[in-house]
Amino acid sequence: MPSNPAIAVIRNADQRSRADARHDVWFRGLLKACALLVLVALLGAAFSTLWGGREVLFGQGLHFLTSDAWNPVSGDYGALAPIFGTLVTSIIALILAVPLSFGIALFLTEIAPTWLRGPVATAIELLASIPSIIYGMWGLFVFVPFMARVEPGLSATLGRIPLLGKLFEGPPIGLGLLTAGIVLAVMILPFVSSVMREVFQTVPNRLKESSYALGSTTWEVVWDIVLPYTRSAVIGGIFLGLGRALGETMAVTFVLGNAYNITSSLLMPGTSISSSIANEFNEAVGTHRSALIALGFLLFVVTFIVLLVSRLMLRQLARREGA
Amino acid sequence: MMALDIYARRRATNVVAMLLSGLAAAVGLAFLIWILWITVKNGLSAMDFKLFTKITAYADEGGLANAIVGSLIMDMIALAICAPVGVLAGTFLAEYANRTRLGAVIRFLNDILLSAPSIVLGLFVYVIIVLPMSNLTHGAVSFSGLAGAIALALIGLPVIVRTTDEMLQLVPGTLREAALSLGIPQWKLTVQVLMRAAVSGIVTGVLLALARLAGETAPLLFTAFGNNFMVANPLDKMASIPVAIYQYTNDPNPALHAIAWAGALLITLFVLLLSLSARWYLHRHQVTHD
Amino acid sequence: MTEGTTLLNPPPASAQTVAVTVAPPPKLTVRNLNFFYGDTQALKDIGLDIPEKRVTAIIGPSGCGKSTLLRVFNRIYAIYPNQRALGEAILDGENILDAGYPVHKLRSKIGMVFQKPVPFPMTIFENIAWGIRHHEKLSKSEMDGRVEQALRRAALWDEVKDKLKRSALGLSGGQQQRLCIARSVALKPEVLLLDEPTSALDPIATGRIEQLIEELKHDYTIVIVTHNMQQAARVSDRTAFMYLGELVEFDETEIIFTKPAKRQTEDYISGRFG
Repeated sequence: MPSNPAIAVIRNADQRSRADARHDVWFRGLLKACALLVLVALLGAAFSTLWGGREVLFGQGLHFLTSDAWNPVSGDYGALAPIFGTLVTSIIALILAVPLSFGIALFLTEIAPTWLRGPVATAIELLASIPSIIYGMWGLFVFVPFMARVEPGLSATLGRIPLLGKLFEGPPIGLGLLTAGIVLAVMILPFVSSVMREVFQTVPNRLKESSYALGSTTWEVVWDIVLPYTRSAVIGGIFLGLGRALGETMAVTFVLGNAYNITSSLLMPGTSISSSIANEFNEAVGTHRSALIALGFLLFVVTFIVLLVSRLMLRQLARREGA
Repeated sequence: MMALDIYARRRATNVVAMLLSGLAAAVGLAFLIWILWITVKNGLSAMDFKLFTKITAYADEGGLANAIVGSLIMDMIALAICAPVGVLAGTFLAEYANRTRLGAVIRFLNDILLSAPSIVLGLFVYVIIVLPMSNLTHGAVSFSGLAGAIALALIGLPVIVRTTDEMLQLVPGTLREAALSLGIPQWKLTVQVLMRAAVSGIVTGVLLALARLAGETAPLLFTAFGNNFMVANPLDKMASIPVAIYQYTNDPNPALHAIAWAGALLITLFVLLLSLSARWYLHRHQVTHD
Repeated sequence: MTEGTTLLNPPPASAQTVAVTVAPPPKLTVRNLNFFYGDTQALKDIGLDIPEKRVTAIIGPSGCGKSTLLRVFNRIYAIYPNQRALGEAILDGENILDAGYPVHKLRSKIGMVFQKPVPFPMTIFENIAWGIRHHEKLSKSEMDGRVEQALRRAALWDEVKDKLKRSALGLSGGQQQRLCIARSVALKPEVLLLDEPTSALDPIATGRIEQLIEELKHDYTIVIVTHNMQQAARVSDRTAFMYLGELVEFDETEIIFTKPAKRQTEDYISGRFG
């Protein structure tokens, strides 16, 4: 058979081209499958907890959301107390962490000498990498005794204010919603402050400079120029912190006191969705377990919505930057 | 007179604001130092060679040997799962789906997964792995190190996806054009040129993911469960340092609290060293491509 | 024989020269080429013949479409969604713009060197061997020979022969660009596309590259895009002037620079715009 080497080379090249195209399709498929796993993980978390909690979610319906009973003996489960505890501790955390984070971000972008900015920012961000169980231990062994000493003072001063005083009544045992809220505030501090710092840095210099040129003080530039410019992203950062606070488990489990209470006093022990799950799951069977998984579903849905809002707000700034 | 008053007030406001913001930074640092100091102080005083030889027990004679082994096994399996999947998924986002709707959606959801409550991811793995395994094997295998590792992998995954995506986007487009101009197929270009150009960033992402998942407790509670024996079989219930800390802390015995602090020091040092070295590594290997 | 909007009525003086010097057959024939970035048309009905084993320069002000035209020739534009080319570009009798024309084959026949040197993050040796390996199976000694040959061809061998195992990122800009030329040459292409290959280099490195182009044209058909008119005048045999996506004039380089037929060409050459 006469073989023409030139034709052989061309045929070879054609085959190679086809093989390349085929391999590219396979490779792309593999990558896409891995990327879709991210989607699967999120949808899976939602549907699996919905499925695991179906007995309580569908069996008790709205009653699950509105009842404050949590009685494994009678099999009566209401999520109100854990929802209450989760919201109250998260709100305390935000009230404390947002102004602190704003101060830190302001310090790191406008005030601190340049050589100090990097190390301080790194140190604050290290707070974020400390495992949450360490916060829990520190909370239980160090911060709870500390609060037990501070709380009588709180009751004696803030507790005397009409109406507001109700928040600070109760036995000064150190454990409770206020303590958990403070520990959560420390935990979310690095997340909120680093988002704020990053978005403050996106403010174009010409904007700030033109305001300084008019004789504005640093504070006026930040309040009148930087904050309005970055408002949506700052709110996004706050929601990111909220999402973290709502879902945090180990930092609050030790210091909440694990009591199904809905009280007006922040000094009273309480519980949260995540700490109820962590505390009870391994002893729970049957409906009790289903109720805990149902709590997990609630937590997931709420944090998902909060984080969704957060990312949408953060994206607005990114988009403006790109434009 | 009037003008001077306004000026003085503005200046005073400014000074107060500056002082408060400096104070905020000081408070943040104070908490970091406080927490680290307590951990180091309590951890060091409880540090003992027995921690590494004795297994966990609810008596004064406890250790952490099985928890250390369990943590190592589960962290490694978790990395073995989430590193390749995360790198490939991040590559998809950067190279194939950068400006597509699917890419935008996945990138967005990945950011949400990054902050999703870890305890729910534990429940997820409980429902899809632990329960079915238990049903299939009639209870012979239920909670397992493997399930724990999968839960941890879900924690690490979004970290790796995000860093890989970001690092590949930093690789200049001319590198892609130059390789494709040689007739090299896209997959080969991606694996042999782009990933190599972005390797320091990808390694950083993997280190950060390890730092993140190594300290996690909540997702392990109902997946790996914990075990007071030394086991290496990933289908068995498995101890881990964070869960051992949790159990020791919940015990009224102060001798066990000391062991918990020692474990806390170990895990904190590990995690802080990892995140610091990841930063350092990226800083050193950041190659400018232009 | 020659087509394109501007050559239908060549001035008498150049007609003679053309008849004498357009001896080499066209290597690449472009007909009715239109190019779009999304809805924006970047090339309008381009037609030209690129002569074999000659240097053809494409000049024109920024945004005139000269780089776009070059990027059509090896279909590198196709890696971006919503860029498309319509028309014909005939290489050895086949339309390379045909979807059926294998890209792999096209890019092994037509090499490209870019504006900025882009060495791969590998050793100097691997930078060259990596491309070859995808197209041919060679033994170790054959590969060594091929790499050396390519480096010699790009006038780089003497400078790097002792550091083949070192990272290519450590070379100077000019060396990196010659490495990129070597990398293309190593695949034994028939056509070399150079997209402003010296715009990121200093005058000395530029001189070396121009010298190299002079040597390479004995074996390769070269198309060079440049914003530097002196460079076009120095290195090319034929020059195309483009403006606003259209091919205004295409002729012997000498004629373009001394007696251009079109007013626009003359204005550009004399520096009145661009």
